[in-house]
Amino acid sequence: MAFDKMELRDIEVWDGNHAAAQALRQCQVDVVSAYPITPSTAIVEGYAKFKSDNRVEGEFVMVESEHAAMSGCIGAAAAGGRVATATSSQGLALMSETLYQASGMRLPIVLNIVNRALAAPLNVNCDHSDMYMVRDSGWIQFDAYSPQESYDLNFIAFKVSEDHDIRLPAVVNQDGFLTSHTAQGIHTLSDDVAFNFVGEYKPMNDMLDFEHPVSHGVQTEEDWHFEHKARQHNDLMLKAGPKIDEVFADFEKLTGRKYSQVEKYNMDDADVVVFCLGSSVETAREVATEMRAKGVKAGVIGLRVIRPFPFMEIREALKDVKAVAILDRSAPGGAAGAMFNEVCTTMYAADNKPLISGYIYGLGGRDLTKAHLVSLYNELEANVKAGKVTTQLQQFIGVRGPKLAYL
Amino acid sequence: MANKGWDEFEIGAMLRTFDGSIDDIAGTPQQDRSYSPNSSYMASVADWRLIKPVFNKDYCIDCQFCWIYCPDVSIISRDKKLIGVDMDHCKGCGICVEVCPTNPKSLLMYGEHEDEETVIANWPKKDEGEA
Repeated sequence: MAFDKMELRDIEVWDGNHAAAQALRQCQVDVVSAYPITPSTAIVEGYAKFKSDNRVEGEFVMVESEHAAMSGCIGAAAAGGRVATATSSQGLALMSETLYQASGMRLPIVLNIVNRALAAPLNVNCDHSDMYMVRDSGWIQFDAYSPQESYDLNFIAFKVSEDHDIRLPAVVNQDGFLTSHTAQGIHTLSDDVAFNFVGEYKPMNDMLDFEHPVSHGVQTEEDWHFEHKARQHNDLMLKAGPKIDEVFADFEKLTGRKYSQVEKYNMDDADVVVFCLGSSVETAREVATEMRAKGVKAGVIGLRVIRPFPFMEIREALKDVKAVAILDRSAPGGAAGAMFNEVCTTMYAADNKPLISGYIYGLGGRDLTKAHLVSLYNELEANVKAGKVTTQLQQFIGVRGPKLAYL
Repeated sequence: MANKGWDEFEIGAMLRTFDGSIDDIAGTPQQDRSYSPNSSYMASVADWRLIKPVFNKDYCIDCQFCWIYCPDVSIISRDKKLIGVDMDHCKGCGICVEVCPTNPKSLLMYGEHEDEETVIANWPKKDEGEA
């Protein structure tokens, strides 16, 4: 069976979903097992269309739920195929049980999560509740801030995930609607160049190797379970980071587009820094530039790799910073924001102790405006001047009603 | 299987059935296969059985019903002759006894503790009332 290649222009106008779908096509994914959900639908729909147009040699498996979608991916990956799917929000919640199966079975699957709020109240717009819900599921997790990055990170995710030293599934996050449905000029790779970057899929312990029969998904109790989980954590902590750096470097060599586990903007001499994820990073960069014009040494840190959490890179990035605001786009449910917690953990044993304050923002697609970010930088400046955090440690931005602040 | 440290086994919740590579496994008798210690064939998975099937070869007609119906592949048959029951894998469900067509039956369930020779010596006689 042969498939038809596509001639792409150097720059195509694609939204984040279509960019991801094109990447799945160019990687020649063998199996997409999927159950569509807003706002991620166009990714798997795109792959299905490529398949029906003979643009890809693979299988599209229509299933009855997201739980079944990831289960299909797990079966296909264990059988020995290149596998991907996409979901959002409630779909990810239903899929969550099987995410732990995939990572524990060390199966390289790429999952595009188009970030959306979790009900109730029902909401289809962007926040990072779904991303946060599965943050400890043992997957490698990337975050795209733009359609271009959703395209690029899919190639990178396959290459890291399928490496025989890694063999861990990978998530590529992008913001629902803000990225997934926003068209942008995308610098494309030709089909051959793209495929050569990820390479032919190299099976490992695959069920279709009939000379070496294997049982996948075995049961272990108190005598073995701990060792398996320990090994998975060890490989995330020690092996995944260097491999991600290596693949980022390969990708830069190929495309000129540079990625880092921690994306630093105006950080060389920054005093006051905003730390965030998703499309907010681009807004924050614009505001930081404007603050610089006003004489404020403003910087931005975007987290590119959420898991494994890049502790040392963040510690390095914040080594001369005086105050940092950590933005969490997820309802914290009676705790501090997850990123606030993790950055505090990172800096607890660091030599430099910046003033760290946490902000909850943007739930259910609420805009984070430039005005919000300007007052945030001003607040950080006030903290620096006072030599302490002058507000409570957790504040809410952009919510109506009396000001909410805790801790 | 010996316990190992976290860095001493293959990754994944994955076990190999055989040591090394296999070829024509369907044509290789069970006792000649290179089962790995990880295969459940090599382990007793029957320690919670409460009642056991006892095989009395005097009445067996080698119809293979028990071999076909056993849900745990625990009836040992060679060259279409019933040899006995694999007590490391039999869970004592009694299906083999249920499907046995002979009169008296060639397989009957007894308590786990009962002595095989004694029960065979006292095997029920043919039920003359049965057609």
